[in-house]
Amino acid sequence: MKRIIAKEEACMGCGLCEVYCTVQHSKSKDIVKAYNREHPRPISRVRLETNKPVSFAIQCRHCEDAPCVTACLSGAMRKDEETGLVTHDAEKCMGCWTCIMVCPYGAIKMDVSGKIVAKCDLCSELDIPACVVNCPNGALVYKEVKP
Amino acid sequence: MSKYVIVGASAAGIGAVEAIRDVDPVGTITVISEELCPQYSRPMISDFISGKATLEKMKCRDDHFWEKNDVQALTGRTAVHLNLADRYVELDGGDRVTFERLLLATGGKPFIPKIEGADKESVFTFTMFSDAERLATKIESAKKAVVIGAGLIGVSVTEALAKRGLEVTIVEFKDKILSLLLDSAASEIVENAVRKTGVKIITGQTVQRILGKPENDNVVGGAVLTNGDHIQCDLVIIAIGVIPRMELVAGTDVKTNRGIIVDKFMHTSVPDVYASGDVAEAYDFILNENRSLPLWPLAQLEGRVAGYNMAGKKTDYQGGTSMSALKYFGIPIISIGIANPKKDDAYEILVKHDSAKNLYKKLVLKDNVIVGMTFVNDIERAGIIFHLMKNCVDVKKFKQELISENFGLATLPSRLRKKIYLGD
Repeated sequence: MKRIIAKEEACMGCGLCEVYCTVQHSKSKDIVKAYNREHPRPISRVRLETNKPVSFAIQCRHCEDAPCVTACLSGAMRKDEETGLVTHDAEKCMGCWTCIMVCPYGAIKMDVSGKIVAKCDLCSELDIPACVVNCPNGALVYKEVKP
Repeated sequence: MSKYVIVGASAAGIGAVEAIRDVDPVGTITVISEELCPQYSRPMISDFISGKATLEKMKCRDDHFWEKNDVQALTGRTAVHLNLADRYVELDGGDRVTFERLLLATGGKPFIPKIEGADKESVFTFTMFSDAERLATKIESAKKAVVIGAGLIGVSVTEALAKRGLEVTIVEFKDKILSLLLDSAASEIVENAVRKTGVKIITGQTVQRILGKPENDNVVGGAVLTNGDHIQCDLVIIAIGVIPRMELVAGTDVKTNRGIIVDKFMHTSVPDVYASGDVAEAYDFILNENRSLPLWPLAQLEGRVAGYNMAGKKTDYQGGTSMSALKYFGIPIISIGIANPKKDDAYEILVKHDSAKNLYKKLVLKDNVIVGMTFVNDIERAGIIFHLMKNCVDVKKFKQELISENFGLATLPSRLRKKIYLGD
């Protein structure tokens, strides 16, 4: 399956990946409306990690043998056998934080509500995820990777 | 005759079915389960009480899980006898199910100490959906509840009852709540949040006697503590802990300790017989010993390992440890490994405590390897620490970074970061 690969050496730490992830997961899909009018503002599912001079963006890796899927208490986290995506069903999520405990990348976030988690869905409705498309320096690459 | 027979259909049983089908699409699987309702998440029964979850939401697998996995499910049936010589499990009613390979995933049962009056109406345990269903019918008419035991189950049911408007007293024998998972500082943060909701916490005491109501002695009316104090109440929930359900293996060659003894393949001392979940004593990678750890994610994982091995795909269990994520009373906590190390020079403790923000991070190190962690409120990067623990990473050079506010993959040394990130 295709995965997002971060190129640390190309990342400028601008944070546009987070901005466009927020927009993509907003109701309006419009940057101004998402930031100014949606309360609470949707969180970004990609996380820009910075420790100057190092920076890179990290999001759910959609692991082959995903620890969050095995650990999930409610059945909200699933591995889609066809697409390879690790999917999160917000309706089923009980906000127990067990997935956060076992994710080696620290890639799962608490949603704005503080009651469930949120994570990268690889923008399944787009051909290329929003963070990749909008990275100005090619620091995020979407490509076929062996599991 | 069934190729695979699984006794128990909770986390470990489900995990085993999925793993077996991963490897063997055709071998016959029979699952025996006492419970009639579909696969549901037991840790969610407190959400059922609070009103946050319906049974529909609690289902952790599709409705057609048995059919999809081509499983013969004997639900509402109890396995009463195990014959290892002739390789069969006998059910209530006398039916026999013969097996080639057997998984014992019978789970745990609530430990009920000898308390006078524990047989009265409205005394509950709280581990299964049926317990929650029975308790739910009593909530409308009840005003006060006493919860005995402030572990995970006790705290979860306390929160749920408080949300339903009951006046709850939680009684804990140890000197603090969640004493197995948290140290004093973290426990105090939770205790403060609990008290804010009006729940009364009594520590250093337990309930020695359950009283009846003046008008009907068979129905709960109060509880008497070890110090003699009386608490008026309409419900008592006993949540002291769970013990492995080992009735089936009593008198057989299956070796047991506190739970059923298994090797790293979740195999018992008897050929072709496996055990997983709360009934088994599986490997703890922090304590480097096998022990009973009744936790849902570990049960699921152990069940998967057993399933793979039963189906012929040799798979090691990497081990678990005491590990819990908590959401109760609005305080997110992740606690893994040793929370309360012995006062010993061998352990190094790193702590960051911001009491104004209720932020608390503690790491317990031994020889520069993390053997315990507790994160309160700021928990999103806890999984990275767990990864370092599982892989016994020497953190000497960057240990202070681990409890910093900015902690993340970017604060790890470059080589280590790239290893985790690229997975090589």
